[in-house]
Amino acid sequence: MRSKLFPFVLILIFTIIFIFFYKGLNNYNIYIPKINVNKDIPLFSAKLFESNVEVNSKEFFDPEKFYLLNIWSSWCVPCREEHTLLMDLSKNGNINLIGLNYKDRTDNAKNFLNELGNPYIQILVDQTGTKAIEWGAFGVPESFLIHQNKVIKKYIGPLNQQLLLEIKSLLK
Amino acid sequence: MNYLKIIFFFFILFNFNELKADNENLKNQITKNLRCLICQGQSVYDSDSEFANSLKIVVKEKLNDGFSEEQIYLFLKDKYGEWILYDPELNKNTYILWLLPILLFLIGGAIIFKSFIFTKK
Repeated sequence: MRSKLFPFVLILIFTIIFIFFYKGLNNYNIYIPKINVNKDIPLFSAKLFESNVEVNSKEFFDPEKFYLLNIWSSWCVPCREEHTLLMDLSKNGNINLIGLNYKDRTDNAKNFLNELGNPYIQILVDQTGTKAIEWGAFGVPESFLIHQNKVIKKYIGPLNQQLLLEIKSLLK
Repeated sequence: MNYLKIIFFFFILFNFNELKADNENLKNQITKNLRCLICQGQSVYDSDSEFANSLKIVVKEKLNDGFSEEQIYLFLKDKYGEWILYDPELNKNTYILWLLPILLFLIGGAIIFKSFIFTKK
């Protein structure tokens, strides 16, 4: 009796394990962070690029307006490509662009803006990269669409024409 | 009196150092438990990427602000999701992961136990 049941159970167990592993093969195991977020903006204080004045996150954003917080750096090549799109977006009256200068040297950042133009109404400075962590950022470039003190959408990597249209459609 | 002052000074000095060293050890322990999200299979402690270096500074600052280890994990989980932690939590997505080894162990144990009794007879 026992010897008849034993191979059957063994086959059953291996079949179950096989099914688990086989299904696991098809799982996409590269981590993709959540893009659609609806989180409150983090609390932080940062210095302004031009005036070196310390500002607080609470008083910085007007809840009625749309903001695009863009993390950039002069040493980042994709930021350079993205910059013309940001210049284009800055002409749109419904959105304010805020820059977060990530681990950059002031003179390099100034040269970058002189060369390519300044789309930002304000630029915050993040010398150590800790402010970017508060925002939950991975690196540069990265953009956060903000409305009513909430991050509506997160764009990891450089923006492109298609994403720009998406942002514009979200503004309405 | 002066001797007392000197002893007191050194007492404070050594205590202070110990506190700092504790924080350093705890910082290393925490960063070893964090996944460097932009690297391939490295912890934040092992990595020298921009992201990992910033994260090390954040952990240090949070420890100085009086955050506990658990609070720092919670803070980072809130920012980056559970993936940043090496130790997965027991929830509906991970229960198989947690229970399968126990299950296999029990089944294996049962098989060995049964065959042992079987051979004895």
